[in-house]
Amino acid sequence: MSRAEHYAGAALLLTMMAVTVLPFLSIFTTALHPSGTLPRGIDWPAHPQWGNFVDAVQVANMGVLLRSSTFIVVAVVPVALVLATMAGFAIGLLRIPGARLLLLLFVFGLTLPFEGIITPLYFLEREMGILNTRFAIVLPLIGLFMPFGVFWMRAHFANVPHDISEAARVDGANTWTLFWRIHVPLARPAISSLGVLMAVWSWNQFLLALVLVEDPSRRTMAGALGAFQGHYATDIPLLCAGTMLILLPTLLVYVAFQRHIIAALLQGSVKG
Amino acid sequence: MTADRVIRRTPLRRGVRRRALIGWLFVAPALLMYTVFVLQPLGLTIQYSLYRWNGVGPATWVGLSNYLTVLRDPDLVGSILNSFKLVLFFSIVPVSLALVTASVIHRVATGRLGGLTRTVLFLPQVIPLVAAGIIWGWLLSLPGLINQALTAVGLGGVTRAWLGDFDTALPAVGLIGIWVLLGFCTVLLLAGMTKIDPALYESARLDGANWLREFLSVTLPSLRYEIGVCLTVTVVAALAAFDIVYVSTGGGPGNSTAVPGIQIYILTFLERQVGLASALAVILMLLVLAVILPIQRLNREDRS
Repeated sequence: MSRAEHYAGAALLLTMMAVTVLPFLSIFTTALHPSGTLPRGIDWPAHPQWGNFVDAVQVANMGVLLRSSTFIVVAVVPVALVLATMAGFAIGLLRIPGARLLLLLFVFGLTLPFEGIITPLYFLEREMGILNTRFAIVLPLIGLFMPFGVFWMRAHFANVPHDISEAARVDGANTWTLFWRIHVPLARPAISSLGVLMAVWSWNQFLLALVLVEDPSRRTMAGALGAFQGHYATDIPLLCAGTMLILLPTLLVYVAFQRHIIAALLQGSVKG
Repeated sequence: MTADRVIRRTPLRRGVRRRALIGWLFVAPALLMYTVFVLQPLGLTIQYSLYRWNGVGPATWVGLSNYLTVLRDPDLVGSILNSFKLVLFFSIVPVSLALVTASVIHRVATGRLGGLTRTVLFLPQVIPLVAAGIIWGWLLSLPGLINQALTAVGLGGVTRAWLGDFDTALPAVGLIGIWVLLGFCTVLLLAGMTKIDPALYESARLDGANWLREFLSVTLPSLRYEIGVCLTVTVVAALAAFDIVYVSTGGGPGNSTAVPGIQIYILTFLERQVGLASALAVILMLLVLAVILPIQRLNREDRS
């Protein structure tokens, strides 16, 4: 490989990184301009208005939003993980009668666009009386995560060597003990990757939040961001400051766990 | 009762049955949530699509006429066509660009630069699509970064509100999709490339293959599975696009960026035409299946 080739390649990569990062830089500099003005793309203000972020915290109701989003993630992910792991265990390892058919039924839901079921979901939830509560988002998300979750956990359990279970059975363990004491600890890496995926997907879920919950303060972060944009579309600096703030938790988590998150999202798509 | 049946009722057989029952109990909670919140609405979508209903009053059976209305309505057919145009931007462009980027990283930057590129390019994949839509809504606006850059290089004449112009709105939405999906495809393809046997590259280099030759004869064929995955994910993202479009253009100007997801939302929640919305939803789901299944089949064959 020639030196010229090396430099040309590095230049290409730096350009692509710049293209990825510049949009973030643009909303950052814009967020520092006086509220209500219309700045240009990337333009460092003469007098940075750091106070915009403080205003945005209040206007966007950040404290409430963080709590609401966290509640949704905390309500969805553990339940969805337990349900998916149990089902994956039964289908992949216990090989119960009808396992193939069950797997097919779950896999069928993998490519289902959420728009396909959002209309009846609204009317169903109206009937159930959970519309406009956080459960309006939590319950369908658990259901919608089942195809991928079961598929993912089955792939793990289908590859677990059989002698492990047989040895435990000989020692007199029942299915429940076998599951919790032996197979769940062994499946920890697969379960934690799945947990990362479900957390990111819940946090970023927009359509369900938009349609099923009217009050932005009871939505996911992404859903609240949509409402925020609706109200402050004309005040660009404030909109940018709010967007940055709403992105901040995601960015911090990404920087801290980037290896884990990238690995999980990649495996997720390859398995799917 | 025959002797045969008596033999089958041995304790062992009963044990097997008990185990099957316990196994089904393990699946039951997942199956219940899936049935109530996914399969049931799916069935209801199909049912609604056969009625005329405003969401409140009584529904009238109309057979397949909602489907005919969808296929005759230029706005609704247009939304389906728009989503296929988005496939070019969400799928074809990112996958092609990602192939180039990934092979460059693989060849010249295996060290720290490669790792950094991976992290940075992947960033748009973890932020909410809504945020991407808001950020790019600003970048593509009249005073935004895109026009600023164009003016700086002497192209001030072409500047415009990219998302507000009938001719450029759809490609502009497509650009947002490229930005979001490029990193994902790059990192996925790169992971596939690191699995390719280095001996293949060595022998190609011994034959005096240049970058292009090496790419076409070694990299591309070995990546068929990963390319299939990228295509699947990005095509679904295009056909089922909602968040980015809703936030950046709302389907406008006119209906120039309306996609089926947007029309379903408008028909159900603003125009109260639940039956028509459901017919469009069924058509969308069938289209996604029709596009995805061949790609998936191709993948399976490659693997075996």
